[in-house]
Amino acid sequence: MLTQEKQAPALPETDTMISGSQALLHALSVEGVDTIFGYPGGAIMPIYDALFDFPGNMKHVLVRHEQGGIHAGQGYARASGKVGVVFATSGPGATNLITGLADALIDSTPLVCITGQVFAHLLGTDAFQEADVIGITTPVTKWNYQVTDATEIPEVLAKAFHIARTGRPGPVLIDITKNAQLQKFPFQGYKRCDHIRSYRPKPIVRKEYIERAAELINSAKKPFVLWGQGVMLGAAEQEFREFLEKSGIPAAWTIMGAGALPSDHPLNVGMLGMHGNYGPNVMTNECDVLIAIGMRFDDRVTGRLDKYAKQAKIIHLDIDPAEIDKNVKTTVPVWGDCKETLPLLTQLVEKKQHTEWLAKFQEFEQQEIDAVIREELFPTSGEMTMGEVIQQLNELTKGEAIIVTDVGQHQMVACRYAKLNHTRSNITSGGLGTMGFALPAAIGAKFGAEDRTVVAVIGDGGVQMTIQELGTIMQSGVDVKILILNNQFLGMVRQWQELFHERRYSFVDIQSPDYVTVAKGYGISGRSVNQRADLNDALKEMLEHPGSFLLEVMVTKENNVFPMVPQGCSVSEIRLK
Amino acid sequence: MPEQAPIEKQEYNITVYTENHVGLLNRIAMIFTRRKINIDSLNVSPSEIEGIHRFNIVINETEEVVSKIARQIEKQVEVLKVYFNTNEDVIWQEMALYKVPTDIIAEKAKVERLLRENGARAVVIRKDYTVFETTGHREETDNLIKVLQPFGLIEFVRSARIAIIKGSDGFNRKLREFERAEPGQDAIENEFLNSRDNVFSM
Ligand SMILES: Cc1cc2nc3c(=O)[nH]c(=O)nc-3n(C[C@H](O)[C@H](O)[C@H](O)COP(=O)(O)OP(=O)(O)OC[C@H]3O[C@@H](n4cnc5c(N)ncnc54)[C@H](O)[C@@H]3O)c2cc1C
Ligand SMILES: Cc1ncc(C[n+]2csc(CCOP(=O)(O)OP(=O)(O)O)c2C)c(N)n1
Ligand SMILES: [Mg+2]
Repeated sequence: MLTQEKQAPALPETDTMISGSQALLHALSVEGVDTIFGYPGGAIMPIYDALFDFPGNMKHVLVRHEQGGIHAGQGYARASGKVGVVFATSGPGATNLITGLADALIDSTPLVCITGQVFAHLLGTDAFQEADVIGITTPVTKWNYQVTDATEIPEVLAKAFHIARTGRPGPVLIDITKNAQLQKFPFQGYKRCDHIRSYRPKPIVRKEYIERAAELINSAKKPFVLWGQGVMLGAAEQEFREFLEKSGIPAAWTIMGAGALPSDHPLNVGMLGMHGNYGPNVMTNECDVLIAIGMRFDDRVTGRLDKYAKQAKIIHLDIDPAEIDKNVKTTVPVWGDCKETLPLLTQLVEKKQHTEWLAKFQEFEQQEIDAVIREELFPTSGEMTMGEVIQQLNELTKGEAIIVTDVGQHQMVACRYAKLNHTRSNITSGGLGTMGFALPAAIGAKFGAEDRTVVAVIGDGGVQMTIQELGTIMQSGVDVKILILNNQFLGMVRQWQELFHERRYSFVDIQSPDYVTVAKGYGISGRSVNQRADLNDALKEMLEHPGSFLLEVMVTKENNVFPMVPQGCSVSEIRLK
Repeated sequence: MPEQAPIEKQEYNITVYTENHVGLLNRIAMIFTRRKINIDSLNVSPSEIEGIHRFNIVINETEEVVSKIARQIEKQVEVLKVYFNTNEDVIWQEMALYKVPTDIIAEKAKVERLLRENGARAVVIRKDYTVFETTGHREETDNLIKVLQPFGLIEFVRSARIAIIKGSDGFNRKLREFERAEPGQDAIENEFLNSRDNVFSM
C-alpha cells in the first residue's frame, strides 16, 4: 500500500489574522505532531472547532476519560520517541490528567498537554469548571504555563516542545484561557525553539571524568554495568552496545531500560531489583566497579541503601545532575547525555572479555532456573502460571512485539520473561506504578508504532481501572491485543499480605465481569481460557486476529513472584522462595 | 561537594537567580514543602541585572540536604543559578520595625540611650507613637525587642533576610554566557570540579 507523505499545511503568511486556536494547531503541525489524544469540553471548544477542518492529516483520537488520554499519549511517546500530545478541557478535564502527569514526570516521558481554561477575566472567580490548573500541576510537570493572550501561543508552544523533549524529558502543560483561543491576531510565523537561557538540557562533557572512568574500568576485575531508561531516552542504544561489546562487561537492566539491548544478547545478564534476577542482584554486592548508565538507583532497584554496592567504585552516567549522588554516592560522576559520553568512554576502554566473571552470572542463573524459572515457565500440571503465558507468547511473537504492562504481579512476570528484540518495546508504569496504565498506553503505543504488534498484559484489577478505553479501541479501530492474566486477586498486594501480614487477605479478593462479553459489547472479539491445552491456540488466535482482540487467561490464584528482595533488605538478601 | 560534608544541621543561605515568571515562587516553595523542610526566611527581590530576580532562602539543614535541594531548584526551567552558603560566607542583614508609645519614650531619657546603643533610628514620630527601625543580625533585632518590651512595645515586625555572597563576582558575566547557545566551559561549571565553590552546577 502506498503511504502518503504526511503533509503539514502551509503556515499562514505573516500578518494574516488567525485565532489563537489556529495558531496552536499550526504550532503542533510544525512540531510534527501526527496524533492527538483528547476529550472536548466547554473551555476548549474553540480549539476543537479549529481542529474540525484543520488541513493536513493530524489525527485526533477521542478517548473515554482524560486519564486514558494522557496514558495513551505516554504510550505513544514511549513507543515512538516523539512527544505525546493531549487535549483536555478545564476543571475536571484537567484534573483527570494529574495521575498521568505524575506518571510521565517520574518516568521522564515527553508530553505536551493542552488544557482549556475559563476566560481570563473570570480567573479566580470560581467560574464554572474553573480549577487552578497551574497550581495543581506545578509539582507534576517539568514546566507549565498559562496563556491568556493569543499572541503568546507560537512562542510558548515552541518552548513547550523544546522543554518536553530535551535534556531529561518530561511532561509540559499549557493552560489556555478561552479568550486567547478565540482572539484573532496578526500571525508572525512560528519559530522552533532551541535555546532558553535559563535552561541547560545538557552540559558540555568534561573529558577528565571520562578519563577517570575509563581508568577505573580498565583496571577492574569484576566490572558490572547497570543500565536504565536513559539509554533509550538518549537514543543511545547503538553507542551502548558498542561500549559493552568492546569492554565485555556483563550488563543488567532496570525494568524501564528493558529492551535497549536485546534479551538474548550474550552480555545481557538480566533484570535488577526487587523482582529481578538472582545473579544481577547478588553480583551488585560482589563487583568491584559498578557502571550505572541512565538509571536513577530507584529504591526498587537498590533495596537497602546502606548495604548497596558498598565494596564497589561507582561510575554514574546521567544527564540530570540532581540524580548524581542522590541515592548512591559516586566515585566518578559522568554528567552528560549518554549518547555523547558513551562513545568517548568506548574510545578509552580496553577491549576485553570477562569470561570467568560472566560465567558466575550463569551459575546464578542456573540456580534461579532450578529454583524458580523452570516451574514458572514450563509447568506440566496444576493451574496455569503467568510465566507460561508470557513464555508461549514469546514463542509466537519471537520477541518482535511491543509489550505494554499494567502494575502488579503480571507486570513483574512480563518484565522478567518477555523476550524483547528491539528497543522501545517494553512500556510500563515504573516510577509511579499506576494501575490502569496499560490499556490506554497500549492504544497510544499502537498509534506511535503502527507497524508493530502491541500486546497489553494486564491484571484483573488494573484492567477494571480504565476499561472504558475499550470504547476508544472500538471507535478508532486501533489494533491492540489485550491479554488479561486473571488470578482473581489484587495479586501483588495479596502476595505481600501473604508474606508480611500473616495471610490476612484484606480486600484483595476482586471480582471480574465477564470480560469476553464486555469486549463483545464494544464490538471487540474475545476469548477466555482456563486450560493449558487451549493456551497456545488462544494466543495464536489473538495474534492472528485482524484487529483488536481480548484474551483472558485464568491463572493460578495464589502464585508469588520470586525472586524477591523484601522491602528493607539488601540486594544480596534476595529470596528465591 | 566536599568529601566530608558536615552532618550537623546549620543555617544555609540559598541564593537563586531566576527569570521573572508567574508561578516560579510556588514551584520553588514546593521543593521544600514536598520534603517537609521549613523555610526560615524567604526574600524575593530584583538583582543586579534588570529582569532577573534573586531569591534569598534560609533553611536550617545539613549540607547534604541543602546541596540536593539546590540541585532540584536549579533543575527548574526558569532558574538560572543556585548558590548555597553558610553564614560565614555571606554578609547578611534583617530589618526590624518597632512601634512604641511616644509619651514613654519622651519621658524616659534612658530609652533614647538604649535605642542609640542598639543602632535604632526613628522613622516616624507622632504624638501617640513612634516607629523605630534597626538593621542587623537576628540577635541584634531580637535584643531590641527585649529592651523595648518594658516600655510598652506595641508592634514588632522583622523582614526576611537578605544576603550578599562574599566570594561572588555577581551574575552579569554568567548571564551573558547563558545567553549564548553554546556557553563556554566557564559558565558550564561542573560542580564536581569546582567543589570548593559551593556553586552547584551548570
Ligand atoms: C510493582 C513494581 C515493582 C517494581 N519492581 C522493580 C524491579 O524489580 N526492578 C526494577 O528495575 N524496577 C522495578 N520497578 C520500577 C522502578 O520503580 C523504577 O521505575 C525503575 O527502576 C526506574 O528505572 P530507571 O532508573 O532505568 O528509569 P528512569 O526512572 O526513567 O530514570 C532514567 C534515568 O536516566 C537518566 N537519563 C535520561 N536521559 C538520559 C540521557 N540521555 N543520558 C544519560 N542519562 C539519561 C535520567 O536522568 C534518570 O536518572 C517496579 C515498579 C513497580 C510498579
Ligand atoms: C492506581 C493504583 N491503585 C493501587 C495500587 C496498588 N497496587 C499495586 S499492585 C496492585 C494489585 C494489582 O492487581 P491486578 O491488576 O489484578 O494485578 P496482579 O498483581 O494480580 O497481577 C495494587 C492494588 C496501584 N499500584 N495503583
Ligand atoms: Mg490480579
